[in-house]
Amino acid sequence: MSILIDQTKRVIVQGITGREGMARAELMKNYGTRVVGGVTPGKGGQEVIGLPVYDTVQEAWEELGPIDVSVLFIPAPLVKNAAMEAIEAGVSLLVIVPDRVPIYDVLAIAALARERGAEFVGPNTLGLLSPDKAVLGMMGGRASSARQWFIRGPVGITSRSGGITSSMAYYLAQQGIGATTLVHVGGDAVVGMPHPKVVRLFEHDPETRAVVMFGEIGTSQEEQVAELIDRGEFTKPLVAFIGGKAAKSGTRFSHAGAIVEGNRGTHAGKVGALREVGAHVVDSFSELPFRTKEVLQDQGIL
Amino acid sequence: MARLHEFQGKQLLAQHKIPVPRGRQAATPEEARIIAADIGGPVMVKMQAWVTGRAGMGGIKMAGDPDEAAAAAAGMLGRRVKNFTVEWVLVEEQIQIAREFYAGIIVDDVSQSPLMIFSSVGGTGIEEIALQHPDKVAKTTIDVVRGLQEYQARDLARRAGVERDLMNPMATMLVRLWETARDADARAAEINPLVLTSKGTLMAADCRVTVDDYAVFRHPEFGIEIAREMDRPPTELERIAYAVEAGDYRGTFFFLQMEEDFRRGDRVVGFHGAGGGGSMMSMDALLGRGYKLANFVDTSGNPPASKVYRAARIILSQPGLDGYFGSGSGVASQEQFYSARGLVKAFLEEPLMVPAVIRLGGNAEDQAVEILEWANGSVPAPVEGYKKDHSSDFCAERLDALIRAYTPPARQPVGRGPLPAERPYTFETVTGGTVTLDHALCAACTSKVCIRSCARNILSLDENGLPVLNVSREEAKKGRCVECLGCDIDCYFLGNRGGYVSLPIEGLDAFRSRANIG
Repeated sequence: MSILIDQTKRVIVQGITGREGMARAELMKNYGTRVVGGVTPGKGGQEVIGLPVYDTVQEAWEELGPIDVSVLFIPAPLVKNAAMEAIEAGVSLLVIVPDRVPIYDVLAIAALARERGAEFVGPNTLGLLSPDKAVLGMMGGRASSARQWFIRGPVGITSRSGGITSSMAYYLAQQGIGATTLVHVGGDAVVGMPHPKVVRLFEHDPETRAVVMFGEIGTSQEEQVAELIDRGEFTKPLVAFIGGKAAKSGTRFSHAGAIVEGNRGTHAGKVGALREVGAHVVDSFSELPFRTKEVLQDQGIL
Repeated sequence: MARLHEFQGKQLLAQHKIPVPRGRQAATPEEARIIAADIGGPVMVKMQAWVTGRAGMGGIKMAGDPDEAAAAAAGMLGRRVKNFTVEWVLVEEQIQIAREFYAGIIVDDVSQSPLMIFSSVGGTGIEEIALQHPDKVAKTTIDVVRGLQEYQARDLARRAGVERDLMNPMATMLVRLWETARDADARAAEINPLVLTSKGTLMAADCRVTVDDYAVFRHPEFGIEIAREMDRPPTELERIAYAVEAGDYRGTFFFLQMEEDFRRGDRVVGFHGAGGGGSMMSMDALLGRGYKLANFVDTSGNPPASKVYRAARIILSQPGLDGYFGSGSGVASQEQFYSARGLVKAFLEEPLMVPAVIRLGGNAEDQAVEILEWANGSVPAPVEGYKKDHSSDFCAERLDALIRAYTPPARQPVGRGPLPAERPYTFETVTGGTVTLDHALCAACTSKVCIRSCARNILSLDENGLPVLNVSREEAKKGRCVECLGCDIDCYFLGNRGGYVSLPIEGLDAFRSRANIG
């Protein structure tokens, strides 16, 4: 199995008539994603790459039947409205690709998502991909590249950096290690599906036998993963690398941020918290695939 | 996050009916004198700089009369504080403080909500307060849609130990602080100390407001030049770079200068990353070899070739570099040959005088590296291109070796520029660029590579076999021409050199002539 996305999920693209939306809708389709249509207000009735375009998500739902996922390729100032529209229409998973979405807009989307039981990945995400099944967003680029780089296997991948998501999957594949699903959680301070949420999903996915995580300084996502392990809510082996050791600290954290988070957010704090609960934290990124291989072999998974 | 000065924050608070000391900002000692005279009586003069501990460095002074206020202002204005020149002081009435509190709002990533923190002890940093008086600190998340309600604020005050007769006025202040934060799209808004004056009024004695970078476009009233996390005003090159980013929403271009005043031999390298995570690791690879980084640049999210070109020109406009390092995550989802064309165009135009190592792993990496290597022989310095199977460490090692082995030519040759075209065919592009195809040279071209390499297939051969637009000039300008630079770079190396795309960067030529570059 995989998490969040596979070839059966029915997907629309909001902003399908734009430069990125159109190009990415086609790449997603080529890889195997079941893209059923698109939405651009004012452009309903058109057809783009053989897909029908609707003016509203509600209209798309009425015409196409239930929609599982919407991928948003929309200018940042318009994201809040488009995301809320999709959630209200009944879409249960949103992938918010754009960068620079105002933070209070993200909070409003999060509030509605909580109320309606919907989830969103991003903003500022490259997307997610289940090898040989489907991709959402921009992950992998060309379908031929994505097929060559990513293979199926026992590892779940979660990352705070888009480029590193694909890099990790590729370097793991070079060691013969495939993945169930790759998730780029998004680069912003507040994201809909941070590491702890992704890790919980991997916990419940029987095919995922271990998780590889790329963490970064700032926020408390990695510390929350450590807490999940500590409480026995995540029980699979975890291999992690935390980026940003050399980055200057201080500018990123307001004083008020420090109190809620205590020692949270720092490189040392994250590495310490994860190691304390038995996670395998590597010191250099190039060690990651080899360490993962060792861990999988020790566990009899490989 | 874009920080506001104390005086700007206080203006915002005042607009939301939170009392602040009477006063105004001054840019000259004379203005400070006038303000002090207006206020009458003793005043405080406060240096406006984004540092903690201003009092300790003489940045907060009492002045008994207007002359003293002017003298205090003269001592602060123009001072250098952490790469930053003080441009303003705040002159305000002295207040008699009976008690101090702390109130702050931040955006909390765990609860995905704004979070209000309140303490019945104020003055020092909130971390210290929380350590020393944990029982005097209370927090509450705020429903972003409903907002903070009076009763929630009242209970917050009660939990932090505020006595009954202050609870209601305090709750009113807290609700107003929330409204201020929300209206300003603040990532963080702190009043510290929030004081009870000897006359019994609650007042914001100092404040700190940082605005969400991504919402700055909604707030022209703040006059924030560059919506980026910085503890100093932007440099001239940063302003130039930000205008490029603001004028082109395709992909991301982030430019931050990290070193200034360096020379050749100081081991300072121009850095050009792609993607945050990969860039951090690539920077670590250079730092670990004893290099310094002149700048941080990230061009990612599928930027057009033109944006990468402009980024490279701006990086190379920093005098004194020893090398150029381009390296991102290694396995990029974007088509890497666009970036290669942008880089090579910049290298030809400079022309490149320092060794460059560029790692462009990912989609179309073979094509990308081939294009990069075209530059060799056409620029004075060596250019090496690498793909996803080479680590950033390996690439940093290569750059180190090239820098050690390289001696620049005594004189910088003239770089490539637009040639006077004999029979120009021109059209404009979406970012103010101009594509010129010299049909005199095109007529003699056998490759017609511009047709094949055009990303959007908007060029076709006319009845005379010459490349022309197959869409209208208006459509090309509106964005059908994506500035892929195929008719420029591919033509230069594979065609008859009849194509040139001029891509202006506002302010860069003036900057370079002043800095005497090129």
